[in-house]
Amino acid sequence: MTTPITFSLSSLREGRWYEYLVRFALGGAATVFAGLISSRYGASIGGLFLALPAIFCASATLIEKHEIRRKHEAGLEGKRRGQEAAALDAAGAALGAFGMLAFAGVFWILVGRSVTGAFVGASLAWLVVSMGAWFARRQLRVTGQRKSDPAMSRSR
Amino acid sequence: MTEYVIRFLVGGVVVSAFAMLGDVLKPKSFAGLFGAAPSVALATLGIGLYQHGAVYAAAQSLSMMAGAVALVVYSIVVCQLLVRGRMRALPATLLSIVVWLTAAFGLWALAGGQA
Repeated sequence: MTTPITFSLSSLREGRWYEYLVRFALGGAATVFAGLISSRYGASIGGLFLALPAIFCASATLIEKHEIRRKHEAGLEGKRRGQEAAALDAAGAALGAFGMLAFAGVFWILVGRSVTGAFVGASLAWLVVSMGAWFARRQLRVTGQRKSDPAMSRSR
Repeated sequence: MTEYVIRFLVGGVVVSAFAMLGDVLKPKSFAGLFGAAPSVALATLGIGLYQHGAVYAAAQSLSMMAGAVALVVYSIVVCQLLVRGRMRALPATLLSIVVWLTAAFGLWALAGGQA
């Protein structure tokens, strides 16, 4: 099976400088906000906000905007395509959230024993679970398509 | 004050790094994994550990699990609002924050969370 993941630096050129600035500011603000909540209401409530989707709002909006811009350049409206691109990003985020759950669980188990081990172990858990979930979903979709269209599977 | 400036800078750098990684990867559903990367958590837990120790960071990560489950619900709701509700990304993601807050605090309370 070939790897369906590609890496393209040209995508970075599509972004405007202020879009990167907005994401930096939102990331910083979300981290300050989580710290303020922890100081005011305690670590337990503050911990909830470590999974706040503040950055996701900016990312999904930018993805939609870039897709619409690309379609406009090709002479098309692009609104629907932009929504679909943002929806795909949201579907990926749902799978990534399972990875975040694994990150938190592993960190909680390991932090009392080793700080470095907790960060390394939790990051690996995030990577393995989110990528594993993505590949499993992809495999299910491919298998589903083959079942609904046997002619397609014979031709592969 | 200095603590919050450091939080802002560290959070901004870590979040931007994950976001840029998501930008250069395709397909979009795979790049979306980085939209749920523990970027804010890495910065906050690191600072929390340095300032308050392991017990404090452990309490934060335990609650983070409820926040992460709420994030799964949030992402599915956003996806449905975009595909079926035909909403634009900004209102869909902002409105769904209510869903995230309800799910996160609901799970936290169910698990017997204490401040």
